[in-house]
Amino acid sequence: MGGHFTFSHLEFLGRGALWTVLLSALGFLGGGVLAFLVALCRISGARIVRVGSGVIVQLVQGTPLLVILFLSYFGLPAIGVPVPPLLAAGASLTLYIGVYLGETWRAAIEAVPRAQWEAAECLALSRVQRMFRVILPQAVHIATPPTVGFMVQIIKSTSLASAIGFVELARSGQIINNSLLEPFPIFVLIAATYFAICYPLSRLSRRLEARSGFAPVEGGAP
Amino acid sequence: MSEPVVILRDVHKSFGPLHVLNGVSFAVAPGTVTAIIGRSGSGKSTALRCIDRLECIDAGEIVVCGHLVSDTGLALRKLRLDVGMVFQSYNLFPHLTVLQNITLAPRMVKRLGRAEAEELAERVLGQVGLADKAHAWPEQLSGGQQQRAAIARSLAMEPKVMLFDEVTSALDPELTGEVLRVIEDLARRGMTMVMVTHEMGFARRVADQIVFMHEGRAWEIGPPDILAAPATPDLRQFVGSVL
Amino acid sequence: MGITLDFGAVLARWPMLLDGAWMTLELAAVATLLGFAIGVVCAVGRRGAVHWVARICGVYIELVRNTPFLVQIFLVYFGLSSLGLSLPAVTVAIAALCINVGAYSAEIVRAGLDSVARGQVEAGETLGLSRLQVYRYVIFPPAVERVWPALTSQFVLLMLASSVCSQISAEELTAAANFIQSDTYRAFETYIIVAVMYVVLSLLLRAAFWALGQVLFVRRRCLGTAI
Repeated sequence: MGGHFTFSHLEFLGRGALWTVLLSALGFLGGGVLAFLVALCRISGARIVRVGSGVIVQLVQGTPLLVILFLSYFGLPAIGVPVPPLLAAGASLTLYIGVYLGETWRAAIEAVPRAQWEAAECLALSRVQRMFRVILPQAVHIATPPTVGFMVQIIKSTSLASAIGFVELARSGQIINNSLLEPFPIFVLIAATYFAICYPLSRLSRRLEARSGFAPVEGGAP
Repeated sequence: MSEPVVILRDVHKSFGPLHVLNGVSFAVAPGTVTAIIGRSGSGKSTALRCIDRLECIDAGEIVVCGHLVSDTGLALRKLRLDVGMVFQSYNLFPHLTVLQNITLAPRMVKRLGRAEAEELAERVLGQVGLADKAHAWPEQLSGGQQQRAAIARSLAMEPKVMLFDEVTSALDPELTGEVLRVIEDLARRGMTMVMVTHEMGFARRVADQIVFMHEGRAWEIGPPDILAAPATPDLRQFVGSVL
Repeated sequence: MGITLDFGAVLARWPMLLDGAWMTLELAAVATLLGFAIGVVCAVGRRGAVHWVARICGVYIELVRNTPFLVQIFLVYFGLSSLGLSLPAVTVAIAALCINVGAYSAEIVRAGLDSVARGQVEAGETLGLSRLQVYRYVIFPPAVERVWPALTSQFVLLMLASSVCSQISAEELTAAANFIQSDTYRAFETYIIVAVMYVVLSLLLRAAFWALGQVLFVRRRCLGTAI
């Protein structure tokens, strides 16, 4: 049967965990930039921008992340666009996260009381000034708890990068299992590692939510 | 002299460190109206809620229609078949029409058939003046109409005693009249009632007994005349501040 | 150098695509029903007076919400086989999906149950309704109506998550896509078509939930307002 779980296995898992964290950070950074753009487009004064971005959001939200990953990793090379795994994973996560987070941030902006917009207008601030000096700071405060909560989703979604061969935490577990052939305990360990990373963030998010009182749609992407 | 319908004997109730009821004692004779008055925090609503076991008392005794309310082994259903309660915030079920609100308990608890229950509902709705609102939804009604519907809902269960917990306090002034008229009509028909109220004029006119609550006790009990000639300085002060 | 797209080659495989889509819907439908049931039981358990039940439900919910679905499905798959059970991939997929969506539904349903004011419950109690009757007639209906949008979103996410079941060889839509693209060498077109199919399925599912909501919630159908 398989061998024993040695320190080198633990090291291998540790490296996988590091890649999970790295992918999450990449996704959050790229996704964050995209989310900001999405949120602004969705509240744009120009109807075509609003509706157009809305359609894109619907399309991305209606597609499983796994399919987006396969599309970028298998699909693009098949039509002559070479895509290394890190780029495929990064771009897919960015798109997925950017759209979901963008909607959350849009909701946060819209949750800023109308009176604030009007007050800023009365102070003769330009639209850009209104946005950046009055509305956005408040929106950031409102958006913080669900954003922290969404980080948990980001970390969990990086596990799908394993399906395109990326050696993050879930894939490390699969690889170790191939040599040890003790799948259940190994995956319990993998699950425990994810839990150890995610649970503190969940708790933090709930605490922030309780303080600010803003809780958008209670949906969770597995 | 017939047996009192409601008896409170030396009732104590605390919420944590707060002693809300400090030995409340009074009785309600059948077919009479008792109005409980007093300042906020005097324990009026708590005493009322204890009668229907919405709160459990810490010491003392409450007997309602022969049921020992403080008995933990009491079958609550039996108690609640005899006691009807109307709340300040009406508490109509928003997802049911007025008719369905009223027929729910008779059908589920008394096992009445649907037609029988609807007939009963239409009767009590007529009694409170809402015969044409049977198929309306609660949110389509005014506050006064909702409260009358709530009274009809309790009436449909044919209780022996009805409790009213500040039922006009949440209403706009022009709507309280229609509710008070319904309550007065009930009193005339001989329903035993205990009501916590701020409506002094109404209490004086309709009640057979006034219970003035102060510092968690039934400070002064007597016929409505005590409002005109209070025996204790506290009641005198209260009446002076209200009227 | 031009990019030549050949959707025809992929669309010619429409029976397989439709089978995959049907399997996806089946997985979603069964897991929705069972998962909702689990969610209701857990939500009630969390609110109940029996302390250890509330704790177990709480632990279950936290474990599911803080681990990826991919890992959960592997755990169910390997866990069941280590118990000596050799179940078809579809069954394993449904089990894992139920366990997953049960935890998320529990939180949604609990928020709904908590949203019913205490006064409503007291009104039900003073009318003589039993504990169970109060739950069934007074608490549950407005609770579900209130969280219907959140439930709809959750079950659409569930349908999308079923794509992960391709990793244990359940023959749903993503698995069909993987097979077709390896067979036709038309990966781009395949995944584009499948993405569109998922979007259509999401819209259909949302429409179905909306329609069901109109049927269940008479008050909303009559008045058009939120409860």
